[in-house]
Amino acid sequence: MILSPVVKPDVSHNVILYIEGLSVSFDGFKALNNLSLYINDGELRCLIGANGAGKTTLMDVITGKTKCDAGQVWFGQTIDLLKHDEAAIARLGIGRKFQKPTVFEALSVFENLELSLRSAKGVWATLFARLNGEQRDLIDQVLHTIGLTQERLRPAGVLSHGQKQWLEIGMLLVSQPRVMLIDEPVAGMTAQETEHTAELLTSLAGERTVIVVEHDMEFVRSIARTVTVLHQGSVLAEGTMDQIQSNPDVIQVYLGEAP
Amino acid sequence: MSAFIKNFVNTWADIRRGGNTITVFVLVLFTLTVLASFSNLFIPVDSVFHVSTYTITLLGKYLCYAMLALAVDVIWGYCGILSLGHGAFFAIGGYAMGMYLMRQIGDRGVYGNPDLPDFMVFLNWDSLPWFWLGMDQFWFAMLMVMVVPGLLAFVFGWLAFRSRVTGVYLSIMTQALTYALMLAFFRNEMGFGGNNGMTDFKELLGFSLSADTTRVSLFMITALMLGIAFVCSQLIMKSRLGRVIIAVRDSEARARFLGYRTENYKVWLFVYSALIAAIAGALYVPQVGIINPGEFSPINSIEVVVWVAVGGRGTLYGAAVGAILVSYAKTRFTALVPESWIFMLGALFVIVTIFLPKGLAGLIRGKSASEVGS
Repeated sequence: MILSPVVKPDVSHNVILYIEGLSVSFDGFKALNNLSLYINDGELRCLIGANGAGKTTLMDVITGKTKCDAGQVWFGQTIDLLKHDEAAIARLGIGRKFQKPTVFEALSVFENLELSLRSAKGVWATLFARLNGEQRDLIDQVLHTIGLTQERLRPAGVLSHGQKQWLEIGMLLVSQPRVMLIDEPVAGMTAQETEHTAELLTSLAGERTVIVVEHDMEFVRSIARTVTVLHQGSVLAEGTMDQIQSNPDVIQVYLGEAP
Repeated sequence: MSAFIKNFVNTWADIRRGGNTITVFVLVLFTLTVLASFSNLFIPVDSVFHVSTYTITLLGKYLCYAMLALAVDVIWGYCGILSLGHGAFFAIGGYAMGMYLMRQIGDRGVYGNPDLPDFMVFLNWDSLPWFWLGMDQFWFAMLMVMVVPGLLAFVFGWLAFRSRVTGVYLSIMTQALTYALMLAFFRNEMGFGGNNGMTDFKELLGFSLSADTTRVSLFMITALMLGIAFVCSQLIMKSRLGRVIIAVRDSEARARFLGYRTENYKVWLFVYSALIAAIAGALYVPQVGIINPGEFSPINSIEVVVWVAVGGRGTLYGAAVGAILVSYAKTRFTALVPESWIFMLGALFVIVTIFLPKGLAGLIRGKSASEVGS
């Protein structure tokens, strides 16, 4: 099998994502306003903020879905992400999980994972692609991690909401990305599943860089080392959960007037 | 006899499981084709088992339609691209074959000109236009059957899918494509026989087109090509490529974020589908004996979509069966009540959409599909 050469980001300065002066506006509404953010290699970062603070737009820009009006996004020292499209960015090793679980409903759980594998993604390559033992093992291992081994042959469309969330996380895992952007992973999950997700995400950090957008403050507290608060398209505050919660700006705009 | 019944039951079970569709389809298609051909050539005309040459030609025509329906199902059923202009590729394939057949007439035309087809003599042209050159060579004409529609599909698909045109906008563009081509081919100056198109064909590769054996051979070749197109399409859909195509249909954005350049997949599938349609058109023309701009008319392409919907999209065999059944109904009803066919077709589409969203194939697979769905 021909694997497209994996371009490795240059992380000699320990920073894997440089986001500088990013601005995006939709019909006059500034979704992102001169936003700057640096994500360290192997870090687990939580992004929080009210609706419309720009969290999803930021992910859209990083993954190539939305074009920005101004600013820069660099993957390591050398790769300019703004020059790549969605498919190229995914091949570079930036994976994404959507807010609303999006899986391929007509395909089985196993096939969903198969398509997510890090392998050649061209038309001819997929026509003749066969799974090798290593890839099968990886899929089996991920099926075990996400607890869907029993459901492997069922169409993804019949899974429960929580299971679809897991499947999408599984799709991220088999693609072995360098950076994982995860939008609201625990929405619709039970308390136990949430706990399981927290464990999984913390165990991934270090080897991979994980960026999580989440509304569930309990969950953020349980996983986060560094939290970034977005407000009206810019970074309002950054620090540990305790620092954030005692930050007067954050208290004013995010947690409400009363401390 | 009991073995036969057992075999039949097993075959039926296979269809229900959707497992061995390829074998069943090819077996049924080839058996019926050989039986019909045999009955035409070897059973005396006065026997009840004799199949007339008229029927053979009609069946051949239906098989061409089945191929066209297969082509539409490949992109609509599996990739969600609703083409309302696939008649265009069918017609261009047909025109390429028609040009070859025109050149084969030679000096036996009304005006007896060995180089120029009658309509060119009539227009007072003194030489063949450049795009007619080489069309007297069978191999070159067959190459053009593939190249011209393939290229058109590639350019159209490349422009449309790169610009991320989808859904109803794309459907309207395909409809506009076939309509524009129809208007162009109606013009005499285009050099394709204008309004009248091309007809009065005499022979193909030296075989008289009015001979029973030629008719039967064309019918068998059509069945063979349909079989090949079916098997190739099934193999594609069963490969990982097929799964990516379904992924593009269900969530194109998600597929992009997994690293698939979805527009490339759509362009190549569109070209593949156009090629099947073009080959079907090329086989159609020698059997019906005429090609004219009416084949480009938008209603033709819409009819194909109805065939696929009736048969059940996303199954391939459903499209073929739908095409044959609806075409047969058309032959019957246009003979009985010519004006009302178009209304029947419309009603059929509405009824199928409301009551049989998975088409006739959904009836067969109904149970097994709901088992999976539970």
